[in-house]
Amino acid sequence: MTTAETPFDFYSVSYLTRIGNQSAGTVGELLQGLEQCSDASIFHHTFQTLGAHHFLTENFSNDFAQWAMADANRNDLGEQLASLDVRDYLSIAALREDLCRMVGEFCTASPEFANQAALERFYFCEGVEVTVPLGIQARTLEEFREGIGRLSHAGFYFHFISSRLRLQLQTNDFSHWLADGLGLATLAKRINQIDIYTNTLEGTREKMLRLIDRERRKI
Amino acid sequence: MIDTGISSRIPLEEYARILGEGEIEELRALAKPLRGRSIEMINSTAVGGGVAEILTRLLPLAEQFGLNIRWDVLTGGDDFFEVTKAFHNALHGAPYHATARDFEIFKAYNERNQSRLPLDAEFMVIHDPQPAALIEARKKNGNHWVWRCHIDLSHPNQAVWDFLEPYVARHDASMFSSPAFARKLPIPQYLFYPAIDPLSEKNCDLEPEFIAGVLARYGIDPQRPILTQISRFDRLKDPVGVVRAYRIVKRYFDCQLVLAGGGAPDDPEGSVVLKEVLREAENDPDIKVLDLPASAPLEVNALQRASTIVIQKSLREGFGLTVSEALWKKKPVVASAVGGIPTQVIHKQTGLLAHSVEGTAYQIRFLLSHPEIAAKLGESGHQHVKENFLITQKLKRYLTLFLALSGCK
Repeated sequence: MTTAETPFDFYSVSYLTRIGNQSAGTVGELLQGLEQCSDASIFHHTFQTLGAHHFLTENFSNDFAQWAMADANRNDLGEQLASLDVRDYLSIAALREDLCRMVGEFCTASPEFANQAALERFYFCEGVEVTVPLGIQARTLEEFREGIGRLSHAGFYFHFISSRLRLQLQTNDFSHWLADGLGLATLAKRINQIDIYTNTLEGTREKMLRLIDRERRKI
Repeated sequence: MIDTGISSRIPLEEYARILGEGEIEELRALAKPLRGRSIEMINSTAVGGGVAEILTRLLPLAEQFGLNIRWDVLTGGDDFFEVTKAFHNALHGAPYHATARDFEIFKAYNERNQSRLPLDAEFMVIHDPQPAALIEARKKNGNHWVWRCHIDLSHPNQAVWDFLEPYVARHDASMFSSPAFARKLPIPQYLFYPAIDPLSEKNCDLEPEFIAGVLARYGIDPQRPILTQISRFDRLKDPVGVVRAYRIVKRYFDCQLVLAGGGAPDDPEGSVVLKEVLREAENDPDIKVLDLPASAPLEVNALQRASTIVIQKSLREGFGLTVSEALWKKKPVVASAVGGIPTQVIHKQTGLLAHSVEGTAYQIRFLLSHPEIAAKLGESGHQHVKENFLITQKLKRYLTLFLALSGCK
């Protein structure tokens, strides 16, 4: 059995949601907010919300899209915003740019809707992150599988979703270690391909465990 | 100090059974650096009200993770509580002319409590406006003080808020139940949701026989759709509007309506509203208006579990934890988009929101016509509560806050 030189350390994460001073009552104001809000706010309403609402697998992608559909009553804009996949982004700046572009194009194309009052305001918030080591380490695929099984949803989210920004790579902590630490590049790639928008975190974990089990049978 | 008692301590294994061992391990990891460190919660009542209910459940849970946590209650005379009740209503936007004497009474009782209470824990959590002036006792370079506001401050009486704000601003952080309830403050403001305990009598699993017994006692037919609103008989909960929505639905579905709740004993308006509701019901045998005592959690639980759809048609709302209670029981919810309700009911994801009697009726009709969608909303709602509005999540937020205040990132 292959043993990695550098172990995989399992962590978990917990967020406090800090209420910002900005809010938007129209799509036009949402655009202003998107341009001015902190990076932590963009992260909170996209990456973090995906973790907090992972059990919603139909038409739920990020807070901006949900607000556009449910409160601003703009399904067209909502659908566009919902199509964003956070895994495509290695920086918040790039994600912000695309959000602003989509909302900006909507405001230009439909100025009559840009200033229409929404049912509820959108409040810009940001996450304050606290990470904690769980005291679980893995050096082999066996130990890694066991660690995955013990993770909380937040821990799984931390390693599988929010890790992309930390790594600045289009991958996640699990795949990164499997490829680099254990040399299992194919398994790493398959795990990275699991669709987090159409699977819950629990469903994603189950798929991942099945892929690991298949790999273990080969060894 | 309030003794929450060993009897209210539910073993962690019970929570692990519901949430999974991973979630409990995560709480252990978060609590580890805080083990043995002191926390003092202060509010103004030991019984009654949502804050006391939450603290009763939270403390025994926190102790099991090794936290040195205590709960103290502010003492005061009738004059103090009359003033703070008036402040409470004024902060919610009710008209009120505050006098200099009111402010003096407020300050005097806070000063008396400063010498009575220890106020020396590393983390001091002050609940609501009543004990806000205890911050005067804070020592320089001492402990961390945070202010947890459970009320809606979006449209406060300016004179009362101007008086309180300097006290609030001296804390290290403040916490609100919704971004819409917050004020612009010079200190960080965090989102802290109220929570339900899945193992309390109001939310625990019940035997089908017990539920059937409750329905039989009140003459409710389990074979026909049951629409339920659980809330005090208060105009802000719009029970009359619920009856009107039911009448529209009744044209299409042979359903029943259950309006269950009780008036608070100190609320003279409750009995007036109850009469209004009975008048609106016009002796319709399919409308059950149940004036339940406050201490009937198992009956409330049974009624929620027996419901086809749960309604919360409030005109104004704080957070509206009855919504979380219903969602936890996997019930489809139709509710007004007010206060903290949209946080719990994500429209078309974890329930349906409405803005009028007609809208409420339409959403109910839609769900009665599409039981498969109703079931899906109920399932997602249950998950939403599990992730965000359970007492374990509340403890997690506190642990995270204390770690953040201690500089752990």
